[in-house]
Amino acid sequence: MIQADLTLILPELVLALFAMAALIFAVYAGKDKLAAPILWLTAGLMAVLAAWIGITGEGSRTAFGGMFIDDGFARFAKITILLSAGAVLVMGQEFMARRDMLRFEYPILVALSAVGMMMMVSAGDLMALYMGLELQSLALYVVAAMRRDSVRSTEAGLKYFVLGALSSGLLLYGASLVYGYAGTTLFTGIIAAAGEGQAPIGLLLGLIFVMSGLAFKVSAVPFHMWTPDVYEGSPTPVTAFFATAPKMAAMGLFARVLHDAFGGVSADWSQVLALLSLLSMFLGAVAAIGQTNIKRLMAYSSIAHMGYALMGLAAGTAFGVQAMLVYMAIYVTMNVGTFGFILTMERDGQPVTDISALNQYATRAPGKALAMLILLFSLAGVPPLVGFFGKLYVLRAAYEAGLAWLAVAGVIASVIGAFYYLRIVYFMYFGEEGEGLDRSRASVPAGFLMASAAVMLFGVVNLFGIEGLAQAAAAALVN
Amino acid sequence: METIILLAPLFASVIAGFGWRLIGETAAMWLTTGVLFLICILSWIVFLGHDGTTQHIEIFRWVQSGTLDTSWGIRVDRLTAIMLIVVTTVSALVHLYSIGYMGHDENWSEGESYKARFFAYLSFFTFAMLALVTADNLVQMFFGWEGVGVASYLLIGFYYKKPSANAAAIKAFVVNRVGDFGFALGIFGLFFLVDSIQMDDVFAAAPALAETQLSFLWTEWNAANLLAFLLFVGAMGKSAQLFLHTWLPDAMEGPTPVSALIHAATMVTAGVFLVCRMSPLIEYAPEAKMFIVYIGALTAFFAATVGLVQNDIKRVIAYSTCSQLGYMFVAAGVGVYSVAMFHLFTHAFFKAMLFLGAGSVIHAMHHEQDMRNYGGLRKKIPLTFWAMMIGTLAITGVGIPLTTIGFAGFLSKDAIVESAFAGTDGGFAFWALVIAALFTSFYSWRLMFMTFFGKPRGDKHAHEHAHESPAVMTIPLGVLALGAVFAGMIWYGSFFGKHEQVNAFFGIPAHHAEAADHGEDKAGDHAATDSQAAATTESHAAATDDHGVAATPAADANAMAQDAHAGAAPQGAIFMAPDNHVMDEAHHAPKWVKVSPFVAMLIGFVVAFWFYILDPAMPKRLAESQRPLYQFLLNKWYFDELYDLIFVRSAKAVGRFFWKRGDGTVIDGTINGVAMGAIPYLTRLAGKAQSGYIFTYAFAMVIGIVILVSWMVISGGAH
Repeated sequence: MIQADLTLILPELVLALFAMAALIFAVYAGKDKLAAPILWLTAGLMAVLAAWIGITGEGSRTAFGGMFIDDGFARFAKITILLSAGAVLVMGQEFMARRDMLRFEYPILVALSAVGMMMMVSAGDLMALYMGLELQSLALYVVAAMRRDSVRSTEAGLKYFVLGALSSGLLLYGASLVYGYAGTTLFTGIIAAAGEGQAPIGLLLGLIFVMSGLAFKVSAVPFHMWTPDVYEGSPTPVTAFFATAPKMAAMGLFARVLHDAFGGVSADWSQVLALLSLLSMFLGAVAAIGQTNIKRLMAYSSIAHMGYALMGLAAGTAFGVQAMLVYMAIYVTMNVGTFGFILTMERDGQPVTDISALNQYATRAPGKALAMLILLFSLAGVPPLVGFFGKLYVLRAAYEAGLAWLAVAGVIASVIGAFYYLRIVYFMYFGEEGEGLDRSRASVPAGFLMASAAVMLFGVVNLFGIEGLAQAAAAALVN
Repeated sequence: METIILLAPLFASVIAGFGWRLIGETAAMWLTTGVLFLICILSWIVFLGHDGTTQHIEIFRWVQSGTLDTSWGIRVDRLTAIMLIVVTTVSALVHLYSIGYMGHDENWSEGESYKARFFAYLSFFTFAMLALVTADNLVQMFFGWEGVGVASYLLIGFYYKKPSANAAAIKAFVVNRVGDFGFALGIFGLFFLVDSIQMDDVFAAAPALAETQLSFLWTEWNAANLLAFLLFVGAMGKSAQLFLHTWLPDAMEGPTPVSALIHAATMVTAGVFLVCRMSPLIEYAPEAKMFIVYIGALTAFFAATVGLVQNDIKRVIAYSTCSQLGYMFVAAGVGVYSVAMFHLFTHAFFKAMLFLGAGSVIHAMHHEQDMRNYGGLRKKIPLTFWAMMIGTLAITGVGIPLTTIGFAGFLSKDAIVESAFAGTDGGFAFWALVIAALFTSFYSWRLMFMTFFGKPRGDKHAHEHAHESPAVMTIPLGVLALGAVFAGMIWYGSFFGKHEQVNAFFGIPAHHAEAADHGEDKAGDHAATDSQAAATTESHAAATDDHGVAATPAADANAMAQDAHAGAAPQGAIFMAPDNHVMDEAHHAPKWVKVSPFVAMLIGFVVAFWFYILDPAMPKRLAESQRPLYQFLLNKWYFDELYDLIFVRSAKAVGRFFWKRGDGTVIDGTINGVAMGAIPYLTRLAGKAQSGYIFTYAFAMVIGIVILVSWMVISGGAH
């Protein structure tokens, strides 16, 4: 029995063991000199694991008495998480090495947080959920504060930690309420206790608290306040990481909890999600307008995007989950490209994050400017780029679930949001002549930028078949 | 063969328009011209070999939606055949002529390529016009209708560097829009009532339509009358009839070959063609026919009066065209469609020739168009002079009265005047046309005298360098001259001769001809023939229904009878109702009526001779003594000013209101208010909330959870 369980969690196990082994080995062998090899190794391992999960995984199985679920939904999320985490690692390597920030702990911490994320999306029990969440979060707190000599970085790490602790407290409180009313922490037990459409108020209050804790992780309004500060303060590669894999994991967990444990009372949580979604979309759009720092801007951008993903979830249907998965996959791809671009922004060897530095960028680097233009249009959701189809999916899901008002609000918010994306385009192509950026030598981030833009452009043909995968994943979750 | 005729110009146009960089400008010019001559020959073969029966050739399926089924097809009957030769002949000659005329153009600087574009447009126009005349259903016809509109727009605005040319092109397009709106409404109405836009179905339903009431604009109308009227509105726009005529004189901004092809011989006659084509419907719409007669007569009269005082050589001919189109509509309106087509046919030759001759004069005079600066050109450009002379003799209607010997215009115009007399019992239309004939003669001779006689006026340099045009320009003049002289005499019998001859020509069954010839009360005769024929030739009748079979007269009679009662489309290219004897009566018009246009022509000639040869100071004195009248005519009855006041300004005022108030104040104001006021305010607010203090952030989270919990307790879960 235990052997079957272990086989099921083998990918997580391999990654965790690798991280620990690498830690011990690096401490004794060469410390930071080994950082780059370990980083490449980690990224490679993640890619291999993603392929492994993709190829071998089939059906829906549970392990450890239902605490761990391996189904299509979990695999979809895990592949996205692993690939994006690997990509972000590779992308940031040169950036960190050049600025002497590349500690050997960085790839190991990222690997550990990835283990946590994989655990999160496979959780079948409130305990497992919390274990995964905390493993992920603790690793993230540390990487946020990795530049120990930088006030901003440490401030970011501390803020994230303190607020994260608060959110963990909320979540735990909610979990205990749920346990109190359901008598079990297993999702299968909770869904039986919650029943169809009728649930004790205590259970629902517990649900609210759990949702608050998760909303913090996806940085949905009003639990978003940490996001801009942490994004700005962390080293850019870390920010890129924050903006991609953990968001996917938290969204996956969100869907997992809501459908596996509270699928019977979707009418209750749907309206809460709709509210969170609405607030996130509008705050993300409105607040981003005032930003001059591109990392802060991307923070608000990710808040707005989480609003849209939540819109899909708020639909409470299988199609809604599918829409959310498609949206997240597209969002992660776009963000990898965008942060690839931000990583190439430098002047005199120092990273630059001020938007005005992009003035007339198109004349200096027309290729990259064009790629960035495509990405920004895609982020804004301009047809026919792929980003538009992501939005279309969630809007359709909301509309079909009877949340037409939310869909309309989403469209309005996207119009407002288009402003700040287009402003960057404006600076790049029509801005005033000023002190510009240097020609970047970083080829890896530029490569990711180009690849991501190409995906946005050519994906319109069939979205690379992701719809079908997302549909199968959603079907595995919602039944 | 018909398919080649239809599609070859399109291919030539595409190759010349898009491929001239590969094949060169000269090759593009000769390619289009060669293709046009080829299809011209084919068209003549079709025309001469046509036996009067209607053929349908389906090329491909086009729009199919519900009951709407439009196949791209060709309908070959006599009307189509006539239009085919008119269009392709004039077009081929104009292509050839343009090679000379467009050879050097001062509107373009050195090195600019314009010739291939011009020829591509010309060929495209030809294609669209052929699509119009060969259409087997109304949608295809509308396609051609709009296609020629586009080509006309492009060619009027060919000199796009000239603001006046652009304005004229837009004006032509917009005025045509008014007409096309009517045409489109007519098509919609027909589809609404008949549930088909196939010509045959529409024709078959015409008798039923005459008994149908249609509610339109909160009023009950007779369906046939309303639809015929709407279709005629389209014809009015395209054929520049009164009230929608204002674009035609301005269209003279285009190069002269364009004026000859589009604005004289072919496109502007599309309206006449439409009315003749729809004759089975028009015949059942007496009020609409009356309207057509009045508009046609008014136009003929109005345009002729304006033509009296114009000084631009092309404008004189443009008003003349407008006037002649009025003649055609009168003929169609009184129900003698064959005569309308006859005049269309002859007019195409002599009017195209007049335009091309005028072009030759303009070419010789270095693009001077004001006749006041001409004079004494007879010796300088003799070929052009003789061509213009033949054209003038044709349009003024010179011939031997009471015989069928004369220039083309003599025969066709007299036929119209006689028909007008018969159709209106010597009423308004008849007198308007006779007076218009007088004016026509006057302004045509005035043009001749001012241009070719007298002393050279204006720029001396231009007169000294005036030279005859090259052969590519004079050859088309010669060919058209042949048409202007002989077209009338050769085909008089076919268009306006004995009933049998006309009926055979247009493929109309004999029964109808007999009935009309006797001019008796048809009811009894009809019924007798019916029963008799039905009994004896039932099998023949079945065959006849499916067209294409040359049936015996008896079978035809039977088919004809069925047409009226069983709802099959009438046979033949045109249709004249059993009680329509206008053509017959026209033949028996009094002698003085038949001579009247000739007399009018003579008076016009004499006056012109007196004014411009004997006493050249006379016109000036007259203009001064009759100043208000002169100004009235010179300013074209103030139509442009009136329209400017009524339509243009009010439309602009409405537009300005929506632009300034609606768009500017309301829409922009709202958007700007939100985008520049509310959103930035919210942005600042959000910025302030992001204080950087951790307790603020924690507070926000707590507030959030309080709100969520309260909401949940109040709304959802409070069971």
